[in-house]
Amino acid sequence: MAFGPYFLLATLEGLVTAAVLSLIALGLSLVFGVMRVVNVAHGEFYMLGAVLAWWVASMFGGHPAIGFMVALVLSPLVVAAIAFVAERLVLSRLKYEPEATIVATIGLLYIIQQLALSFYGPEARPVEAPFHYRMQLPWFGYSAYKLAVIGFSIIMMLATWFVLTRTKIGLVMRATQFDRETAQAFGIPVGRVYAGVFALGAGLAAVAAVLIVPIQQAHYLMGHDPLLLSFIVVIIGGLGSLRGTVLAAVLIGLSDGIISMFFSPTLAKMLATLAVAMILVFRPQGLFGAAAR
Amino acid sequence: MSENRKSLIKLNSGLTRRSALKGLGAAAGLVAAPGFVRYGQAQSSEPIKIGFQCHRTGIGAAYGRWYERVTTAAAKRINDAGGINGRPLEIVIEDDGTDPKRGAEVVEKFANQHKVNLVYGTLFSHVVVGSAPAAGELKIPYYVVSEGYHVASGKMNRYCVQPGITDVKAQARSMAPWIAGNLGKKVTLVYPDYAFGHDHRDFFTPAIEEQGGQVVAKVPIPPTETSFTRYFPQIPRDTDVIYHVMVGPAVLTFVKEMGEFFGSGGPQLFGFIDSLEAVDMGSPGLEFLEGSHFWEGMPRYAQPDQPDYVTAYREAAGIDDNGASVNDAKDVSTAAHMFGCWETLNIVKASMEACDYKGPDDRAAMIEATEAMTEMEAGPDHPQGKKLFNGKIHQVFGEQSISQVKDGKLEVVHRTSIEDGAYEPEADYTAMSF
Repeated sequence: MAFGPYFLLATLEGLVTAAVLSLIALGLSLVFGVMRVVNVAHGEFYMLGAVLAWWVASMFGGHPAIGFMVALVLSPLVVAAIAFVAERLVLSRLKYEPEATIVATIGLLYIIQQLALSFYGPEARPVEAPFHYRMQLPWFGYSAYKLAVIGFSIIMMLATWFVLTRTKIGLVMRATQFDRETAQAFGIPVGRVYAGVFALGAGLAAVAAVLIVPIQQAHYLMGHDPLLLSFIVVIIGGLGSLRGTVLAAVLIGLSDGIISMFFSPTLAKMLATLAVAMILVFRPQGLFGAAAR
Repeated sequence: MSENRKSLIKLNSGLTRRSALKGLGAAAGLVAAPGFVRYGQAQSSEPIKIGFQCHRTGIGAAYGRWYERVTTAAAKRINDAGGINGRPLEIVIEDDGTDPKRGAEVVEKFANQHKVNLVYGTLFSHVVVGSAPAAGELKIPYYVVSEGYHVASGKMNRYCVQPGITDVKAQARSMAPWIAGNLGKKVTLVYPDYAFGHDHRDFFTPAIEEQGGQVVAKVPIPPTETSFTRYFPQIPRDTDVIYHVMVGPAVLTFVKEMGEFFGSGGPQLFGFIDSLEAVDMGSPGLEFLEGSHFWEGMPRYAQPDQPDYVTAYREAAGIDDNGASVNDAKDVSTAAHMFGCWETLNIVKASMEACDYKGPDDRAAMIEATEAMTEMEAGPDHPQGKKLFNGKIHQVFGEQSISQVKDGKLEVVHRTSIEDGAYEPEADYTAMSF
């Protein structure tokens, strides 16, 4: 295959990675930005989203699109509800102390993972894509569903941006993020806002997971990889910055797709890690993050 | 002061060191006395405990689930027929998480805590390689149902035996002539980038060259990879055949993405069934496999001409004509590998009976009895087919099936002979000390 088609395929693959990654990283970034909680269990919420998607989709017969669409709505809601409860029961009682919440979310990670193993089992299971269409390009074929994932992810990002910048909910969240005490003084129920943000973050990860299960499969150990990559994205993009997260996700996704196709996947991971190190040295607040106050 | 303390303790507990020792001694004497020990009156009725190192979790879980079912069925059959030397068989299961480190811990647990007679069962090569040294140090027989060349290479130790399933070197050698003769001579290899995959690479390459063919590209894939499309451009345009072998939870993704990439216009496909083990042939995206070929250790689908003992084995293992669980049509078996558990347990029985196995003191004698085996006839004990065991390399050789996907099912189109896979041994375990 010549360079052109090679590059096209690498770009497509990179964009799919970027699309999913930006949703996951956005969740992580929101939670940290507003609550200052490093959510180590974020990858497990993603895994939970995929596992629930399989469970929901397998209950519906008929056209695969029905099961998938129901899963796309239901699975993130259930994951968000679980995250809400976890926030109220665990994080709020720890008063959001940074060290305590890291340890608590590590614990949460193992609890969720073992529960998934106990109830879902150790198998990898596929969810049927809502539609099967294979685009035949002159050099290779490509799954139309993968392109749809990119599209849907963009819609989700726009929706999140809209909520954050154009609605009252977003205003309240930003106020809480800006200054917790003052927000409380103005009558904003900070505790409930926090729980909502935590649930929203987990829900975004679950949406990403539902989108990915028809491409990959649901598996109880699938939370590790996206967690690491989304931490990289969040650090590069700047914590709490929507713009930075999306840009960093596209950067990491594309470089992962292109470098791993022309060189090796290991090199792609090494360069991503190197980028994190460079960012931390020269611009610790990230590309678009605000400097610490 | 210290005197006071001593007397205080004496008063409070009423138990001196002397009386405690006396009590312990008496208890020990009672346990050692004839007639008190369980089964002491007839040692022959004590169960023979076998430790089953099982991939219940981790990337080998689908194999583990079926290895467990077949093991249970084989043990039941042996017990129903009177056990081993008149003693019942008891299987003790520990999960190794498909993890080499835990594998070694499990072997130690079997030896020291469960006090089993031997350890058996594991599949994934890295777990075998990680666990075999522990078995050698603890001097406990380790009967693996694995596939890599690790045992036959002579790099393990005398306690590590693979008598129930063929190794990759023999499998790859026996496939090469058929591939060169029927599918094409320019082959691209796609394989997992660790020992098991390297065995395919190292042994298929010379085997196809012997047939006048060549390997035009090698595409190693890291074992943790979950997406594969990015690797497919490495497959040269002039490839006749893609030889693919993948394992673990990502196999279905791999085959699906290959279908999206090539559609119906790609090179011929020859897969090791590992790329599809435990995967439903009806899964979306697998339609493009129609007409492609697979290696199968033992056929997944019931074949029209199968002997009665194969039918009996399939019934005992609980698989239907499509190779899925009789209880759940979506629970597809690892049919091409799991027969190895059945056959290995039968070989354990035969070995123990040949050396009149009494207990752990006879472990070396048991290994020697297995080493002395040569021919194993196809039948109820060996449903996969006739086998030849080479005691020097602790490895068995057997027949293989090549199947084609027809109407979404696998149909056996060729059966290789034992000679197709045979090779000169490179080691001699029998010359090693116990």
